[in-house]
Amino acid sequence: MADILFHIFAFITIGSSVAVVYNHNAVNSAMAFLIGLVGVAGLFVLLDTFLLAVLLVLVYVGAVVALFLFIVMLLDMQGGERKAFSKPTAVAGLIGAALLAVCAMTLIRNFGGLETAEMGSIVPVGANLKHYAEQLFTTYLLPVQVVGFLLLISMLGVIVLSKKFEGMEDVK
Amino acid sequence: MNVGLTEYLTVATVMFAVGFVGVLIRKNTLVIYMCLELMLVASTIAFVAFSRFNGTMDGNVFVFFILTVAAAEVAVGLAIIVALFRRRQTVQVEELNALKN
Repeated sequence: MADILFHIFAFITIGSSVAVVYNHNAVNSAMAFLIGLVGVAGLFVLLDTFLLAVLLVLVYVGAVVALFLFIVMLLDMQGGERKAFSKPTAVAGLIGAALLAVCAMTLIRNFGGLETAEMGSIVPVGANLKHYAEQLFTTYLLPVQVVGFLLLISMLGVIVLSKKFEGMEDVK
Repeated sequence: MNVGLTEYLTVATVMFAVGFVGVLIRKNTLVIYMCLELMLVASTIAFVAFSRFNGTMDGNVFVFFILTVAAAEVAVGLAIIVALFRRRQTVQVEELNALKN
């Protein structure tokens, strides 16, 4: 059962990732991104990390994608007519596609080459909320505080960035 | 077929590569930003999978931090894009060539 679910979620994730890149419309891209994130949350549930699955949906789907949609609405991008790819872009796309092919080849050739234990035989430490609390408040106490400070700084930065400055029109 | 670490890593790799291609070929700054987020999420899949198959907690805690930093990053990045749009009236990367030459 878990295997079938894995394949379904993997298909959703990769399919909507391709849709994010492929769609002409930014709103459609954001929606595809949303569906892909739900697929990733499903993969997290299959890996027994329920807290991270919920957090992913809350933070990404609830905040990030909503923010993206809000900005798309705010900017009202016209740019519908699509220009042909310039030469550097085509080369870059080719290099990216080659990277993708190399990754796929490596994985396919070494399929089953990674020696890991069965999933059932390993204790799912990520399923227990207590383990997160233990780690975050002992080993990772300093990073937690740094991240909290980072959030404060980024909030201040956003306020400063969205403020209108007088007499700065010459910076164009 | 039993789903193991390799399958999860395959999904993460393919998702990362798709995001990378998107960053390279798309012209809209917002979509490029979405593709960056795609790459971040792909890396979190790898973290969680490694953590699960090793029976350790560190990968999960790292994903916790990645989520937080990604939220802060999106807020600042989108504010920059809005400021850019206010000044230049466009978000297409081809027209943002003030530093060219």
